[in-house]
Amino acid sequence: MTLLDVRDLRVAFPGRGLRAAPVEVLHGVSLDVRAGETVGLVGESGSGKTTIGRAVLGLVPTSGGRIAFEGKDIVGLNARQRRALADQIQVVFQDPYTSLNPSLTIGDILSEPLVVQGASAKDARSRVRVLLDRVGLPANAASRLPREFSGGQRQRIAIARALAPRPKLIVCDEPVSALDLSTQAHVLDLFIDIQKETGVAYLFISHDLSVIRHISHRVAVLYRGDIVENGPASEVTSAPAHPYTQRLLLAAPVADPGEQRRRRAARRALLETQGAMS
Amino acid sequence: MTAPDETSTGSTRPGDRVASDAVSTGRVARPSTELLQAVQAAEASERTTVLRRLLRDPQAMTTIVLLLVILILGLLAPIIALHGPNEAQLSMVNAPVGTPGYPLGADESGRDIYSRLLYSVQTAAVSALIGASVALVVGVTAGLIGGYFGRVTQGVTEWLFSLVMTFPGVLMLIVLMPVTKGAYQATMLIFGVLLSPGIYRIVRNLVLGVKNELYVDAARVSGLGDLRILGRHVLFVVRGPIIIAAAFLCGSAIAVQSGLAFLGVGSLQVPSFGAMISSGFRNLYIVPTQFLWPSLSLGIITASLVLLGNALRDVLEGSQPKPAKVGAGQRVLAPEAADGGAYDSRLLDIQDLSIAYPDPNGGLNEVVRGVSLDLDKGQILGLVGESGSGKSQTAFATLGVLPNEAMIVGGSIRFAGRELIGLTDAQMAPLRGKEIAYIPQEPMSNLDPSYRVGSQLVQGVRATLGISQREARERVLALLARVGIADPQRTFDSYPHQISGGMAQRVLIAGAVASRPRLLIADEPTTALDVTVQAEILDLLRDLQAELDMAVLLVTHNFGVVADICDRIAVMQSGRIVETGTVEEIFRDPQHEYTMMLLGSILDENVVRTDAPVDAAGGKS
Repeated sequence: MTLLDVRDLRVAFPGRGLRAAPVEVLHGVSLDVRAGETVGLVGESGSGKTTIGRAVLGLVPTSGGRIAFEGKDIVGLNARQRRALADQIQVVFQDPYTSLNPSLTIGDILSEPLVVQGASAKDARSRVRVLLDRVGLPANAASRLPREFSGGQRQRIAIARALAPRPKLIVCDEPVSALDLSTQAHVLDLFIDIQKETGVAYLFISHDLSVIRHISHRVAVLYRGDIVENGPASEVTSAPAHPYTQRLLLAAPVADPGEQRRRRAARRALLETQGAMS
Repeated sequence: MTAPDETSTGSTRPGDRVASDAVSTGRVARPSTELLQAVQAAEASERTTVLRRLLRDPQAMTTIVLLLVILILGLLAPIIALHGPNEAQLSMVNAPVGTPGYPLGADESGRDIYSRLLYSVQTAAVSALIGASVALVVGVTAGLIGGYFGRVTQGVTEWLFSLVMTFPGVLMLIVLMPVTKGAYQATMLIFGVLLSPGIYRIVRNLVLGVKNELYVDAARVSGLGDLRILGRHVLFVVRGPIIIAAAFLCGSAIAVQSGLAFLGVGSLQVPSFGAMISSGFRNLYIVPTQFLWPSLSLGIITASLVLLGNALRDVLEGSQPKPAKVGAGQRVLAPEAADGGAYDSRLLDIQDLSIAYPDPNGGLNEVVRGVSLDLDKGQILGLVGESGSGKSQTAFATLGVLPNEAMIVGGSIRFAGRELIGLTDAQMAPLRGKEIAYIPQEPMSNLDPSYRVGSQLVQGVRATLGISQREARERVLALLARVGIADPQRTFDSYPHQISGGMAQRVLIAGAVASRPRLLIADEPTTALDVTVQAEILDLLRDLQAELDMAVLLVTHNFGVVADICDRIAVMQSGRIVETGTVEEIFRDPQHEYTMMLLGSILDENVVRTDAPVDAAGGKS
């Protein structure tokens, strides 16, 4: 079942200056996410991948196209209708240091979305305990402040906050990019475990092809505001068809000196042929 | 998996300030050791509550006590005053100080100055209360609304408060006397409105900063309404500056009320410092002390409020200025006995280097603990580790650019046989940029936005090589072409914001290799760049290294980068080097379990997710 359906999405930001023309950052992007699956969205900085996520979350206005969630158009909802979607679509942001209010306790942060939905304080408390346990944090974390936690632990808290209202879709915007290598693998595994358990779908945004490969069922490659390639993860990340995806794949260094030497040579050869073609 | 594996040790517990300056590339920087140290210190100082720090501050303490004493005396006026404020006694006109029942004497109408002073405190307190509260209520409300909501709302409030700001305050209050009927309370109400634009500006600017924080976005996605977000997430941030401003507002409300009373505007029945000063002023040549008492009281009160405001600012905003970088070089705890002699053939030889930061308890917290590494001519050494492992600190120490708080507590750094530890900045200058060059992590923040790229490079080249402007210019253009910039002249004439991050890194590399350095220190040179750009920059570094036969110390967290370019690896974990070896050795046969763990954490290239999506109808927690 298609959960999220994005068709010909366009987003433009107002230009700088009084009469400057708006700058279009997404030029008609289409993608869909089915229930329970992960769609990886990979692209460089400035490709517009974060903007897609923010448009789905209703944090940036769109200038064209439609975004449907469970068949209903969610573009241009008023504030009340949008808030009603909060228990359907959630988010985990990139930066674990600024995505948690430094002055609220973890318990307050996690119960906030529950209380908004009308849960009693007691229900919220017990749900927070379950959530903390689910993301592998001790129950006494609820009474502590964000600054007492490491980056990886904060990202777990952010995941718990996203899970709190039992959403059907979580937009994950580079959720492991700011984490150390060893932490990154654990947090990715947590994402996968939670998905298997709850059937939540992820729109997983990252610049790192190896992260995308690890977590995605399907992958869309975004390049300068257009989706240039879209398909099953195994195909897109191992035998890409589009020249840009090919470049992207060969540019990522692999942690093996011999293999990396071969990849480097392959990349140079590819660049020469692509250069000759263009 | 069930348990979190990332431990929350002292040095990996960064706080909320860490990522604030990493927005430029759209990618979040890993927290540096320096920041982690600063955050830790701040965190520890936050643990001692604001109130306690306030009580420890002598300026805050003195002013608070003074103001409290004055306020209590004023409140007790009906009990401790000897006469009513307007009780005139003809026989006591201009009574001298010390007259029985009139300890400070009496004024021109025979009213007791001591009693009137006490009652004036009440007037001043009420003025301050009304003026400051009105200014705060109006200013904070409008600031929250104007800062948080869209362009139109912001424009309207902005215009409105600019208009209020143009009103000549005191004049308005005098003109409005018929409206206020001379009641100072009503006057202060209006004055509060006139004061509110200042508060509005402060709050609006703070809100503009907060509203783009990710946690505000997260709250919005969680379904919180705007009012809730304002009350819960935004208001909290602005409380510090508001408290500070309140002290100043009280001061100016009291001053203006007194000023008006001095001019005789308003009811003459109200005892106030202004009215008393005015009466004392008229009698200045007859009984000068009449003028002294109210002026002294008013002076003490307003000065205390201003000083209290300053003390609050220091405590709440922690505005202790950092000592400026001076030319003395890095701080060294115990200079090693220089044993001299260039017996060492290695280009760079670091022995037993330890670096510490002061911790809040007055001790030292070592972030680099006895690091030894060496680097030969023409070699590329990868210094690998996670956040807070001390890898950048080691590199900075070699460059002699450790932050001021940092202290080298032991060890030696020899460059071509010469000891670098203990050198002053002047002694380091001929080495830095010429013999030892540096490429930073954030290329953009290392270019001055107000100068053209070319002139910055020319300046650097001239400083290190001492050649003419024209020669330097030609040299820079040739270098820009060498680092793969298609149109060197155009880049030369560009400002930093006109070029991309990858281009900026090429520019910095051009600047670094201009003097054909023997050692290049690159601190995460590709972390802020896209992978396709990263690959190009690594190619460039490799080519330049071979061409110039430089040694490169490459600090990175990325094993792919190490595999691509390095000859040798040193793995760092919490300030120590746990393993060194050639790239082949370490990747094929790591010995230390930490290295194994790191290598094991690398996501496997050949594994794709294979499990099918969960059936939509499947269980939900």
